[in-house]
Amino acid sequence: MKFDSSRPIYRQIIDSYKKQLIRGELKMGDKILSQREYAEQARINPNTVQRAYREMEALQMVETQRGQGTFIIATEPMLTEIKLEMARDVLEYFIGEMKSLGYTYAQIISMLKEEEKKQGGGF
Amino acid sequence: MIEFKEVSKRFGSTLALDKLDANFPTGKIIGLFGPNGAGKSTSIKMIAGLNRPDQGQVLIDGELPRMSKAQIAYLPEIDHLYPWMTIGQAAGFTRSFYVDWDNDKYHELLKYLNLNAEMKIGKISKGQRAKTKLLLTVARRAPYLLMDEPLSGIDILTREEIINTLVRDYREGEQTIIISTHEIAEVESLVDEVFFIDQGKIMLSGSAEEFRVERGQSLVEIMKEAFRHVDQ
Repeated sequence: MKFDSSRPIYRQIIDSYKKQLIRGELKMGDKILSQREYAEQARINPNTVQRAYREMEALQMVETQRGQGTFIIATEPMLTEIKLEMARDVLEYFIGEMKSLGYTYAQIISMLKEEEKKQGGGF
Repeated sequence: MIEFKEVSKRFGSTLALDKLDANFPTGKIIGLFGPNGAGKSTSIKMIAGLNRPDQGQVLIDGELPRMSKAQIAYLPEIDHLYPWMTIGQAAGFTRSFYVDWDNDKYHELLKYLNLNAEMKIGKISKGQRAKTKLLLTVARRAPYLLMDEPLSGIDILTREEIINTLVRDYREGEQTIIISTHEIAEVESLVDEVFFIDQGKIMLSGSAEEFRVERGQSLVEIMKEAFRHVDQ
């Protein structure tokens, strides 16, 4: 995994797990890399990985069982929540960028509609 | 914890350290960043007990550096190994000085780094010599690991091997690693705490992740900004 060095790395670790959950690449009960394995594969500070895993435990995305490893415990409602939260982030970023280019909501909406037509209505 | 209290050091007409104050916390990987001649090597050598402050004090867990040599594994910037020795002989030499030498780890690392005990230090490549220096430093189970420019002048693949080794063997929470380098991009995701040093003073210090949260900048960008400010 490639990290953006201008954003906190522990958050990027959490986000990458969230994305894998949303895409269904990880499911309830799946075992994820140990902190050490993660640090070695990504070549990042083990303390940073520890921080990310602790936060994911606090969010109840994962659970670490002594001597067993770390497992996904995220439930369906949580996934919906995570997805919505990530969508809001993307939206906020998009609107911010468009605003900084001088577009109004009305203009943004009409551009989106045009884009929808171009794409043949929906994804 | 390693404390620098108003430490000054002069070499001839050059003021290498200028009332430098810093606290390097225990259990972290610490980056000591700055341009050439900023005072990085002088600081590291002082922790290793290889030079002494003219004024001020350096304390390692409350003790003077010369009392703490057993706690410190030091990787110097220069080629300090005897060229006529094999890697195995250099290991035996190091082992005879330090009780914390871990021979199993030495053998494991030797293999991991694709080195061989029979190799003669004078005949191996620069990258292999850099790996040998790393091997001999990391095979000790010292609580403090000081690395002075461990990546400079080394090819990218060897750099990766060196960083892999550090991550792999790092003992979270208990071991403190101080890495001095002017090549920050290589260690962006490796360091917990950073100290930017210039003209013998700490210009800026803090947690790498907090810098990213607060400034949305990489350490390279922060360093460029910090030192541009100095020039004005």
